[in-house]
Amino acid sequence: MSFIEAKDLVHEYIMRDEEGNVEGVQVALDHLDLNVEQGQFIAVLGHNGSGKSTFAKHLNALLMPSEGTLYVGGMDVSDENLTYDIRQTAGMVFQNPDNQIIASVVQEDVGFGPENIGTPTEEIWERVEKSLRAVGMWAYREHSPNRLSGGQKQRVAIAGVMAMEPKCIILDEPTAMLDPDGRKEVLAAVHELNKTKGVTIILITHYMEEVVDADYVYVMDKGKVVMEGNPTGIFSQVETLKEHHLDVPQITMLAHELKQEGLPLRDGILTREELIQEIDRICH
Amino acid sequence: MLREITLGQYYPADSPIHKLDPRTKLFTTMIYIISIFCFKGPVAFAVITAALAMVIYLSKVPFSYMVRGLKTIVFILIFAGILNLFMTPGRELVSFWKLTISYEGAKNASLMLFRMIYLIIGTSVMTLTTTPNQLTDGLEAALKPMKKIKVPVHEIAMMMSIALRFIPILIEETDKIMKAQMARGADFESGGLIKKTKAMIPLLVPLFVSAFRRANDLALAMEARCYSGGEGRTKMLPLKYENRDRITYVISIVYLVAICVLRRFPF
Repeated sequence: MSFIEAKDLVHEYIMRDEEGNVEGVQVALDHLDLNVEQGQFIAVLGHNGSGKSTFAKHLNALLMPSEGTLYVGGMDVSDENLTYDIRQTAGMVFQNPDNQIIASVVQEDVGFGPENIGTPTEEIWERVEKSLRAVGMWAYREHSPNRLSGGQKQRVAIAGVMAMEPKCIILDEPTAMLDPDGRKEVLAAVHELNKTKGVTIILITHYMEEVVDADYVYVMDKGKVVMEGNPTGIFSQVETLKEHHLDVPQITMLAHELKQEGLPLRDGILTREELIQEIDRICH
Repeated sequence: MLREITLGQYYPADSPIHKLDPRTKLFTTMIYIISIFCFKGPVAFAVITAALAMVIYLSKVPFSYMVRGLKTIVFILIFAGILNLFMTPGRELVSFWKLTISYEGAKNASLMLFRMIYLIIGTSVMTLTTTPNQLTDGLEAALKPMKKIKVPVHEIAMMMSIALRFIPILIEETDKIMKAQMARGADFESGGLIKKTKAMIPLLVPLFVSAFRRANDLALAMEARCYSGGEGRTKMLPLKYENRDRITYVISIVYLVAICVLRRFPF
């Protein structure tokens, strides 16, 4: 069994009027199938309203499936007795860094999760130190979160999740509210955790550039997985991506246009270096 | 402009008062408040003054910081003082025009002024030497017995600390909304009280909407981190009594007893 296994997953948002009668049903997840292996770096792509955030909330048992099954680390998310175990296994980082920091001192915020699960005091301090060091925020442990930049706040939020020692971290558009520098900072921290600590990462985003280094990519649209594969494979299908309202990275776009103009480039060029190499190859 | 407001007037310093357990400080402050309302006679007054001076000296907080708290109530002090001075009937002390100051009036007014001033200074020693977080922790621990009568002590403390965390964020947001509304021609400055109050509506509505959105996000984030109320939670910074706390308890009880005994001998 895979670490995360979604089968025929359906989630419907039911809209009710004041008397509680059903006014309408919006299908956010439509028979979704998805598998993630332990230790992978997975990216889930999709434009607004594709159901990617709804899916993320299922992984953390914040939402329950309407139909179908979802197993996280072998645990069924529909089982309410397992809710807290699931939340410990799969931690979640949200979009707005301000709205997920609870305490007014960095280290106390990181300690919030372990406090909730009843970790002994000494171990809390060990975990806080380990997680803050892992995201490079140890020097700021006594600062107020209000004085940090967006990227730093988001790293504190990641440390807060790390302190619960999860096997998997789900990041729901963690960079959407950050400037380019903050974005790089956060992604570097996430990749570091994936490589050195072997934490499974599920990165939910609509920025193509962030997907380039992932192990495997799922593209969602209208609550379904419409494309999947490694980044090179996904980005070689520029036209299909456009159909799903997604842009490709600028370099990939450039390579694609050059190819259409007749240059014999290969598909799925993701970085500037790759493009330079390809052009070099053609010239010789 | 709103950003300059700082909340919680904690003054960081390395002093024996700062190191005390917040519960000890809460208890001592209570004792102190009782003492300034029940003492009698000049000797007791001297004892209170000496105790307060000692604590201020030990706290290493500049005296000007304590006086700062008085500024906000100067008007109330003057008003209450004047009322007490002229309105208390009794033996005539001075009399001019239609106003009479009685002997009792002068005594009442000075007593009242002294009590108010000592109250403010005494309590600000506590807020100046205790961080807001310690204060909420202390309150939670001190109010724990109330749990038996179903007072949601942990929830109240959690709400207080979250409020402290979000006040600067909301102030910043108010600033932003204000500027956005001003850019579109809103006027917050001119007009009378009613016009000014009305002008606040386009500020308050978006602020409330955003506060609710933030609250929703925060609740989700707390749930995602396994928060499930006060049951089964451990503390990162558990409150622990040290020897200095025990000594402080003893001293403050002796102090209260002394004040009460002095009531019997009103020198």
